[in-house]
Amino acid sequence: MLNDWSYVAIFTVISMFLPAAAIAIASFLAPKKPNPIKNSIYECGVETVGATWVQFKVQYYIYTLVFLLFDVEIIFLYPWAVAYNQLPLFAVVEVIIFILILLGGLLYAWRKGALEWV
Amino acid sequence: MDFLRDPYTFVANRFQEFLTGLGLAPEWVLFISFLTGAFILATSAMLLVTMLIWIERKIVARVQDRFGPNRVGPWGIFQSFADLIKIFTKEMITPTGSDWLPYNLAPVLAVSAVLTVWAVLPFTVTFYGVNLSVGVLFVIALGAVGEMGIILAGWGSNNKYALLAAFRAIAQLISYGVPLAITMLIPVMFSGSMALNDIVLAQDVWYIFLAPLVALIFFVTNLAEIGRAPFDLVEAESELVSGFNVEYSGLKFGMFYVAEFLHALTVSLIFATLFLGGWRGPGAVEYPVLGIVYYTLKTSLVYFLIILLRASLPRFRIDQMMAINWKLLIPLSLSLLMLTALVYRLVFTQPHIVRVLVLLAVNGIVFGVLNLILARVEKRNSRRPLVAEPRPVARAESISSNTPVE
Amino acid sequence: MTPLQIVFLLVAAITLFSAVMVVSIRGMMHAALFLVLTLMGVAFMFATLGSRFFAIIQILVYIGSIAILIIFAVMLTRNIMDAEVASLNRGWWFFAPLALLIFASIVLVLSSWSAFATLRDLSSTSGENILEFGKALTDPNGFVIPFEVASVLLVAAMVGAVYIAMERRGGRG
Repeated sequence: MLNDWSYVAIFTVISMFLPAAAIAIASFLAPKKPNPIKNSIYECGVETVGATWVQFKVQYYIYTLVFLLFDVEIIFLYPWAVAYNQLPLFAVVEVIIFILILLGGLLYAWRKGALEWV
Repeated sequence: MDFLRDPYTFVANRFQEFLTGLGLAPEWVLFISFLTGAFILATSAMLLVTMLIWIERKIVARVQDRFGPNRVGPWGIFQSFADLIKIFTKEMITPTGSDWLPYNLAPVLAVSAVLTVWAVLPFTVTFYGVNLSVGVLFVIALGAVGEMGIILAGWGSNNKYALLAAFRAIAQLISYGVPLAITMLIPVMFSGSMALNDIVLAQDVWYIFLAPLVALIFFVTNLAEIGRAPFDLVEAESELVSGFNVEYSGLKFGMFYVAEFLHALTVSLIFATLFLGGWRGPGAVEYPVLGIVYYTLKTSLVYFLIILLRASLPRFRIDQMMAINWKLLIPLSLSLLMLTALVYRLVFTQPHIVRVLVLLAVNGIVFGVLNLILARVEKRNSRRPLVAEPRPVARAESISSNTPVE
Repeated sequence: MTPLQIVFLLVAAITLFSAVMVVSIRGMMHAALFLVLTLMGVAFMFATLGSRFFAIIQILVYIGSIAILIIFAVMLTRNIMDAEVASLNRGWWFFAPLALLIFASIVLVLSSWSAFATLRDLSSTSGENILEFGKALTDPNGFVIPFEVASVLLVAAMVGAVYIAMERRGGRG
């Protein structure tokens, strides 16, 4: 039981260790000769104007919000999918209703123009 | 003979016997064998990337009628190793004003998010890291960790282009995450398990025959998730200079590169697992060593297709990419999910051949209807014919009157 | 102490530390990144409790979507890295002891409750059963009504969010 997770945990640690170790080795091998011009931010050869951390448009937020709702919906469907082979037809119809309601929401967002990238 | 039949179990058992022989407690034996196994698997995955880069360069070169790498070693096979040695000695420039921890954590996180998927992949009937009972969701969740890596890279770099590109990348990745999760439901539904090895074991018929359109959507979605052409807006050179990794250099940039190539291979492996029967093939259960051959063949096919598409298709525009996802893939995959669930429930008890034929018919009908709808949309949004407009000619009277001369 | 307990204490300390940092650090983006770390720690807690499904959901929903939603929301605001804004308000000296008092009383009440002090033996049931969960969700005698209501709730949230956001942009789509 816990063995599964300990393997995943060990694997995660190793998968973070390998690239980190490679970068550490490279930082020993690589030359380190920084100067202000080399370290400057890339910007078409001129200094960056204003703060880097700029404001974003609301479109990103809407996409993320719609994504969040779909994500939660799909999470609900996974336990159902696992049990699918043992469920009566009635349960399948219920899930179809569940999806249709959400498709209605998608349709609303679509008609409102929330899905346009403008 | 036992070694040839199933080398993995043979070696693993010998190793554990050896450790027990040293007088270690059982939990330490388990821990050390886990550690060794995970280390070998992860390291070989990382080293495989050098080969992947060579293969990809070679194939793309052939598509474009070039030779590709051909100097270092036979067929240039050691080119990637030469590049590897070189990139280790390149200076890693840290831009001024960067956020230290996010900046340095990002490349590590990008690689580890992809590499950790290998912990749940089944390579043969006996050779897999762990048959995690929520394997499919685990794969999707690691995508979220990869997204965090991109956010950290864009944020930590203190660069407007990097931040813009990172947020575009996130918008792309999360949008395509929806059809990805929906299509991954279908194999779970058919097999009744989320563990990847159980899904392979349940595939008496490859699921691509039961749900070809779903497999196609899954493939397209994965193309977007790995940020390859035609979905390589993440590193659109002409618009965003190089994407979220513009401020990275040396091996830190190399790590993003490794992550991208490894991701391409990993999604091929997942596609082969979910839709092409994974390691299954004649004799793969009795001789597990055959399983890895079948798995490699199937994965190579998918990987080859990914490279071929990359070499031949132009890039989408960002609004087109979003429209494809939200207005085509999501409604289509949800409709397919509902139809497949309903129809498969009705033909449940029939023999395999009937199920396959019925579901193929359903997919064919959906494809036909989709084509009709798309043709109508195309007609409604039809563009003007591409002909030259009459232009003003530089004559004295046309300049003064400012009207075009016919 | 078993190795699991050591790891648990370590992760709990990191989780609590980052939770404190979320509310006390000045840069809003850094607060959001610490929130991600906190959520990771909670996911780890679920995993050690043997609940695979919820550990994964914690990562998938909270880090994969809600944390990214928060980061996008942060990017929508001005003064993201503004250090001028104090993250503590003036009444903190009054409310900090009050919060401690409430925390202490909760601990006191819970410690006198016998069911909280005795650990339930979960070793017989091997973690959670996703199959039973899936059956219960669509069982007419189970949770089918909450299941369907959840979808209505999600649609309501989507409609509300789209409505507000599109109104702000001026003009209906």
